[in-house]
Amino acid sequence: MDENTVSNGNEQDPSKSSRRNFLKNIGLLGAGVTAGAAALYSGDIFEKKKAATGESRVLLTQDNKLVEVDSLEMKALATNPTKMMLEKGREGIPGKRWAMVIDLSKCRNARRCIAACQEAHQLKPEQYHLNTLQMQDNAETAPYHMPKNCQHCDNPPCVAVCPVDATYKRGDGIVLIDNERCIGCRFCMAACPYSARIFQWTTPKDAGKHNGEAYNVELNVPQKLGTISKCLFSADRCRDEKLPYCVSACPNGVYYFGDENEDAVTNGTTKETLRLSKLLRDNGAYQLMPELGTKPRVYYLPPKNRLFPFEPSTD
Amino acid sequence: MEKIISDLSHHIRLNKGFFLWMGFLGLALIACLYAYIQQLSYGLGVTGMRDVVSWGLYISNFVFFVASSLIGMLISAVLGLIGMKWVHPITRIAETIAVAFAAVAGLVIVMDMGRPERLAYVFMYARFQSPILWDVTVITTYFVISFLLLLLPMIPDLAVLYKRFGNLPGWLKPVYKALSLNWCNLPEQNRIIRRSIYILLILIIPAALSIHTVTSWLFAFTTRSGWDSTIFGPYFVSGAFVAGTAAVIIAMFFFRKNYKLQDYLTDLHFNNMGKVLVLVAFVYLYFNINEYLVPGYKLKRADAVHLRELMSGQFALIFWLVQVCGLLIPIIMMLFRRMRKPLPLTIISAAVLLGAWFKRYLIVIPTMSHPFLPVQHVPENFKVYTPTLTEIAITLLSFILVLIIITLISKFFPVIPIVETANDKGLDPLKSIES
Ligand code: SF4
Ligand code: SF4
Repeated sequence: MDENTVSNGNEQDPSKSSRRNFLKNIGLLGAGVTAGAAALYSGDIFEKKKAATGESRVLLTQDNKLVEVDSLEMKALATNPTKMMLEKGREGIPGKRWAMVIDLSKCRNARRCIAACQEAHQLKPEQYHLNTLQMQDNAETAPYHMPKNCQHCDNPPCVAVCPVDATYKRGDGIVLIDNERCIGCRFCMAACPYSARIFQWTTPKDAGKHNGEAYNVELNVPQKLGTISKCLFSADRCRDEKLPYCVSACPNGVYYFGDENEDAVTNGTTKETLRLSKLLRDNGAYQLMPELGTKPRVYYLPPKNRLFPFEPSTD
Repeated sequence: MEKIISDLSHHIRLNKGFFLWMGFLGLALIACLYAYIQQLSYGLGVTGMRDVVSWGLYISNFVFFVASSLIGMLISAVLGLIGMKWVHPITRIAETIAVAFAAVAGLVIVMDMGRPERLAYVFMYARFQSPILWDVTVITTYFVISFLLLLLPMIPDLAVLYKRFGNLPGWLKPVYKALSLNWCNLPEQNRIIRRSIYILLILIIPAALSIHTVTSWLFAFTTRSGWDSTIFGPYFVSGAFVAGTAAVIIAMFFFRKNYKLQDYLTDLHFNNMGKVLVLVAFVYLYFNINEYLVPGYKLKRADAVHLRELMSGQFALIFWLVQVCGLLIPIIMMLFRRMRKPLPLTIISAAVLLGAWFKRYLIVIPTMSHPFLPVQHVPENFKVYTPTLTEIAITLLSFILVLIIITLISKFFPVIPIVETANDKGLDPLKSIES
């Protein structure tokens, strides 16, 4: 990155050490500077205009420090937004371990979560990042509806088999796909035991409309022909400290979402925040096919004490 | 001596039959290329694959191609190294088939990619945890070794043909000269070539075992029932020998008839190849019993669904045709000497080869059709996989390419090693030419 080359260059040249210190102090602005504060300090301009006369501006650096910089010393950062988002999307959100809890006793197959998800990720009606399945464990037990998304496995077989590192696991637990890199071999689809992945077989929805838009790896949009897509735990919303699209859209209080490190999850409908460990312990939480060793980050609460009759889905 | 050389080289000429055949292949190639262009412009949606069955014809065809290419190693290396003299006239046919199938297998995989233009990423962003990387590595290695094993033993032959050119097409002369690398039968040259071939013959054994074992791991490394098996490596390798042996027998039959090689590819060769086929088919049958009986005895939930679909469900017809007409009946028939005569053996081999292709289909598609979790709220064509015409045409494209490669190699180079054949009869063609 630019600032690295600048500071490295200075290390070999003691005469510029004051400038180096200065650069260090303001904690150079990088590719990830948040809205309104994107600027890169230009060494050249500084050399030429030591006695800067412009008005000063207050900026927020990448590590959340406020700094004052003379406006003449600022230069808009010429960046490729897709690349910027790709780089940012490789890093998890520091300190977080996202987890989801799905309370099956509340799911009435309203499918609003699915609609919100398909809307956000530009999916066609038959493309699911999240699907509710009608389940029945055996002939004697009661049928129930089960929302099923990517389990964001901690030992993800899909990531293991990807030949180009297009699908990857982040520090905050989210498994993402870089559609700018995916070669469309679909090995990850074969490897995922939860059938969580979909492929863009045909031209994605509204492809024409989104032509030329920057690609957001944390949202997988615009969707790209010939590549993979799947649930992203709404990584873009996590970054904004908001609940995922599906979680907020559910009218029945099925979803809880939150940070395992904080041991807190929030219900998307009631906005009530609970202790994750207690919720899991008190309700006999389980995971899908844990025997496969995939270590899912999604927990299910069993479909007991349902306060409504079961209505079979039409499919 | 003269007779051997002219017998083994007189097919090297441009005749009407060749042009007709190549013209036919060329036209078919263009038609199928059109299908591939369709796929390039509209995406993999032109195939019958969807989110449930996300690997289809192309991947099963890929497995078949890798399988067929393995025969080079069985004939030249295994049978050759243990001193079976009768395989000498067949080695080049086996290597030709190996080279053709291995080369096209690489293309088949590219045809299956959603983003073929990103092929270079496989090397740029290579991740060695992925079995795909291993597959790319070993297939390339195998292709190179097979190619060398086709080329090196041919050097003395080409030197002979160059020196005693006869009425071969003139433009081939410089080709032979270049490829024969100034061979003049010096003891030193002989020593080097023998050593190199020997080393290659040994190297090709692990390479060949790797390509098919790694290919089987593309499946066995997943948890899906039907693929989640520890015997997939040897199961695939033994199946590969069945497919490849059948392919070689068919090729022998055509070369013998069209290139008039009856004196060199004799009933004895067919008889022996028939025995090889019986042997490998028995081994394969054994692995088949293992592969179905072990999960069938326990009937774990997902395995039960898989086996039911195979044996009495949607895939039952293909399954039983493959097992009975593609494996059982051929084995029984080939136990009789009469059935190992050229014509009946070729017909049996055709059934075996067809069965082998459909067997790959049965390995890939049924498992994909029945994932662990139910398939719901999707259109009908997601649930049942039906290959489209475009997809079939693209699959045919790969076969046409194989036929073109085999035709070209066999038409412009001696199909049967000349010097080796002469040596086996105690003659030395180069000496006799020079004297
Ligand atoms: S659920 Fe499937 S796609 Fe999601 S992380 Fe696990 S293996 Fe990968
Ligand atoms: S389809 Fe894309 S994401 Fe999946 S394994 Fe292949 S390259 Fe990786």
